[in-house]
Amino acid sequence: MTSARDRILSRLKSAPRRTMPERPDWAAPRYGEGRLTQFRAMLEAAHAQVTEVARAEWPSLLRLILAQKGVTRVLFAPATETGRQLAAAWANGDAPQLVASQLVAPQLVAYDRPMEEIKEVLVHEVQAAVTTARSGIAQTGSLVLWPTADEPRLMSLLPPIHVVLVDKARIVDSLADTMAAEAWSGGMPTNAVLVSGPSKTADIEQTLAYGVHGPKELIVLVIGDDAP
Amino acid sequence: MSATGRPHTVYFFGTCLVDLFYPEAGLAGMELLQREGVTVVFPQNQTCCGQPARNNGHPDEARAVARIQLDAFPGDWPIVVPSGSCAGMMKTHYPHLFENDPDHARAVAFSARVFELTQFLVDVLKVQLTDRGKPVTVTWHPSCHSQREMGVVEQPKALLRQLANVTLVENPRETECCGFGGTFSVKQPEISAAMVADKVESIQRTGATQVVSGDCGCLMNITGAAEKSRNLVTGQHIAAFLMERCHGR
Amino acid sequence: MAVDAPAGFGAPTGFGAPTGFGAKAHVALNDPKLRANFRRAMDGLMDKRAAQFSDAGEWKALRARGAAVRARALAHLPQLLEQLEARLTANGITVHWAETTGEANAIVLGILQQAGATRVIKGKSMVTEEMHLNAHLEANGITAVESDLGEYIIQLAGQAPSHIVMPCIHMNKAEIAELFAAKIPGQTYTENVDELTAAARKALRGRFAEADAGISGVNFAVAETGTLVLIENEGNGRLSTTLPPLHIAVTGIEKVLEKLEDVAPLLSLLPRSATGQVITTYVNMISGPRKPGEKDGPKAVHLVLLDNGRSRVYGDVELADTLRCIRCAACMNHCPVYTRVGGHTYSFTYPGPIGKILTPQLEGLDCAGDQPHASTLCGACAEVCPVQIPIPDLLARLRTEAVTPSSIAVKGGGGGVSLADSLGWGGWTALYSRPLVYRLSTRLLGVFGNLMPAWLPMLRQWTSVRTKPKFAAKSLHQLARERGFSDDQR
Repeated sequence: MTSARDRILSRLKSAPRRTMPERPDWAAPRYGEGRLTQFRAMLEAAHAQVTEVARAEWPSLLRLILAQKGVTRVLFAPATETGRQLAAAWANGDAPQLVASQLVAPQLVAYDRPMEEIKEVLVHEVQAAVTTARSGIAQTGSLVLWPTADEPRLMSLLPPIHVVLVDKARIVDSLADTMAAEAWSGGMPTNAVLVSGPSKTADIEQTLAYGVHGPKELIVLVIGDDAP
Repeated sequence: MSATGRPHTVYFFGTCLVDLFYPEAGLAGMELLQREGVTVVFPQNQTCCGQPARNNGHPDEARAVARIQLDAFPGDWPIVVPSGSCAGMMKTHYPHLFENDPDHARAVAFSARVFELTQFLVDVLKVQLTDRGKPVTVTWHPSCHSQREMGVVEQPKALLRQLANVTLVENPRETECCGFGGTFSVKQPEISAAMVADKVESIQRTGATQVVSGDCGCLMNITGAAEKSRNLVTGQHIAAFLMERCHGR
Repeated sequence: MAVDAPAGFGAPTGFGAPTGFGAKAHVALNDPKLRANFRRAMDGLMDKRAAQFSDAGEWKALRARGAAVRARALAHLPQLLEQLEARLTANGITVHWAETTGEANAIVLGILQQAGATRVIKGKSMVTEEMHLNAHLEANGITAVESDLGEYIIQLAGQAPSHIVMPCIHMNKAEIAELFAAKIPGQTYTENVDELTAAARKALRGRFAEADAGISGVNFAVAETGTLVLIENEGNGRLSTTLPPLHIAVTGIEKVLEKLEDVAPLLSLLPRSATGQVITTYVNMISGPRKPGEKDGPKAVHLVLLDNGRSRVYGDVELADTLRCIRCAACMNHCPVYTRVGGHTYSFTYPGPIGKILTPQLEGLDCAGDQPHASTLCGACAEVCPVQIPIPDLLARLRTEAVTPSSIAVKGGGGGVSLADSLGWGGWTALYSRPLVYRLSTRLLGVFGNLMPAWLPMLRQWTSVRTKPKFAAKSLHQLARERGFSDDQR
């Protein structure tokens, strides 16, 4: 007895053969030196916040930004380079700026065990999470997130504030470029995701509203190795 | 065609709607060509492009009628048509209509010679018109097929803009279908009525007293609806309009 | 105004049992709120799309690429499906095949029951609408909560979506405010969009966290890498496919792409065509379930491949172009008919121009034969279709298939012509294929045509909103001869 699979494939295979068209030439736009400008413009138009910061400075800048927003608990990935840098910097006591402004420094919460074991914390208790993007895409203002065992995918999804770091040098022109340069077809992770702004909807009378189910705020830190 | 690419003779395909309801538009079209020094031939054996049958799912019937047109226009002269819809049928659909037919090559050759009237006047003959009429404000209505099958968008407006005393106002809803669609107007009469009402209203809102169109199906639809609802907008085929302006009426 | 089919020549025969398009259109056309809502919404979407594609050269090159990529995938669809299945399976995703929506529903139910899942959260999926999946699950004691805001709203209202991208486009703020106040416990009446959105977020947050399973659609399934691509703005899709321990994705068999690189041009076409966005907030690319060592993600991922008539559509080289569709909805946003009657008039899952070609092929021309005729063939749809589906040509083809006797190209087709139609078109052909008879009858109409009473079939419909067309006293044939234009009988 044939299966549904067999019958479907058999019907498809017995259809008339058609010609295989070639892929006509098409190239995504190039931005050259204007790459970062395009990247920033697209993200800001999507209501994300974009800040350029030096590699050594970003943890203290972030602490200030989050403290100003009243964030008390920040989810981070302890086993990543970013996570280690963050933990080391914030462990050095309260920054003078915070003390002077009478702001409370946010505390770090490690995402270091399966989701099931800290679900309550993830869903209800952390207000922000810090992740690293593999690269950025200028054309659409997108961050390429490549979640791993160390930096799980819910980090960029559950907390209302999502902070993402991207190296200035790793901002490329287009998705096509990224896919080719990073050889994505050689191996995809469990779940890769392009993030291009905070969560939004226009379902109610085509009026834009933010923070529907995903993060309400997206903070992008563009990390440069030269002074900003 | 002469050495300069300018033809000395053209065929004129009147279309059945022009034949029955707007022959003056057909005559005007022929005169517009003739005054440019082109000989216009009107084969008496022409009837209809066959579009109604094709659009209603009867390709055999459409082909039978289309074949008569292939017979009526045997030479290799351009075939000029005062309708984007009929021109579109013959230019874009005849090859497919005759796909598995012995007349396929003839149909392909025929379709390559089809021009919409304003397209021919502007792109081939590069006419320059002089306006002898009184000031008037008009707006343009393109048929869907003139825009999308024949690619005729700017040519009619270019002609209207040549006329010094004609103010051409743009209709923001210009490209939206008027709701004629041939038998659609009687098969889905309510939707068609809603579409033509909107079109008439959009024309009125431009402030124009008259709508000019290249297609008599649309014209019949729009002016018929305007008249019935006692709207003051009138309409005319562009060929008739241009000839009147050239003669100072 | 009566909308019964006009009798005689031009009667809508070959329609089979119509979907009541005319009757439903009548209701919609006389609903000023609906008409205003749709006009405003469609105008906005058209403007946004136009702003995105202001560079004609870019549009031309991009859609040529998009069309080719889809056409390529369809050209070797069975091989790609086999490759997709192999890669997905190697990645740890279980693949199921369903010929009918009944089979697909049974498969989804089976997976849920086997996992002991009773609480299901759903991302937006038109294929699951096609399956009437929610009703099937409900009948088996499983409630699937829609998490996409638009779908959530219509689920609360007990309605079907009226647009394939913006499900509640037919509702205005007041209606939604009333709905929330009535159906969400503790919700007070507010028309403030931010407050309404926050209410939905709050109501659904818990559902994501406690769901046993998430069900989603698929925008593209990449054969090369075994990757499911899902695009969205809200984040509910990601939540539905990440939080619950089980993820079931459902797709039509035509959504396969050959290579991962093919996603790039289509991603540059779909959001811009649909809502005028450069890109959706999230582009989710799923290639497997949670791997050992990973801390989140579903432990089991399934893909259900649904045929439901698509393989039959595929059998006709011309009509198979229907399957290129990437569900952007640009066609319906630009359709003058859809704008005036709204999505519910189309009765089935897919409204608008794509619906008019897809529904009759999936449901049968005998069930949905009136749909291909609900069009003026204006071509506004084809002009904006990012994958160059020649919709007006396919509409004409379907009109032909409905009346070509014994034609089996399309499900429910080949009904043949009614006697009235047969006589009508026979007469028309006899007249127009005989130049002498034609000229004679034209002369007669010139003399007697204007005496025709307005109540005659076809004239009756015409004159309900227009004055009678006026037959000219002399035809162009006569005038041309009189004016001396050469006949040139070669």
